Amino acid sequence: MRKVDCLGKTCPKPLIEARKAMRDAEPGETIEIVGDHGASKKEIPMAVELLGHELLGIEEANGVWTIRIRKK
Amino acid sequence: MADAKKMTIILHSGDLDKVSSALILGTGALSMGMNVSIYFTFFGLQRLKKGKLAAGGLSKMNFLGLGKWMMSRKMRKARVESLDTLMKDFKDLGGKIIACEMTMGVMGICKDDLDQTIVDECGAVGTYLKEAMDSTINLFI
Repeated sequence: MRKVDCLGKTCPKPLIEARKAMRDAEPGETIEIVGDHGASKKEIPMAVELLGHELLGIEEANGVWTIRIRKK
Repeated sequence: MADAKKMTIILHSGDLDKVSSALILGTGALSMGMNVSIYFTFFGLQRLKKGKLAAGGLSKMNFLGLGKWMMSRKMRKARVESLDTLMKDFKDLGGKIIACEMTMGVMGICKDDLDQTIVDECGAVGTYLKEAMDSTINLFI
């Protein structure tokens, strides 16, 4: 599994880092992105859909979200 | 992706805030799976000179550089990435940078003045049009 820490990062960095992780991961590999930038929580799943990967889940607690993706 | 959508940007301005907008939009579009090319022309071309990417002032309220200083401080505090980092990400994600050859001639800028680690191609209006013809988003900044 690949982990990406985007805590404290603002637009468009979490989206960029998510994109790089999806590019670099092996097919079938799980990617976990953690961050606290509000808009990125909505936008990363949009990119996942556009890029044709699988969104496994989004969790949020105390303003920190975790997005899990599986690369197709 | 063979069927990826495309964004083309003409960056006519060399102002810090406008270069920043172009790179944020460009990296954002690349992250969404699009192909992106930015055509640097007129004052925008100045920003392709070695070490000059962030050398522009603000388009409004620059106040002889004081505005830029304040804005840069605010951007750092808000943890906005630097232009150099954004450009690095732009290139890393496959973004294309085109330098306007006509402007180079007008402003007396030669290829050696430009940061070769950034510039993919020097071209004129035809090069830009060929890029823009099949793009779905085209912006003039």
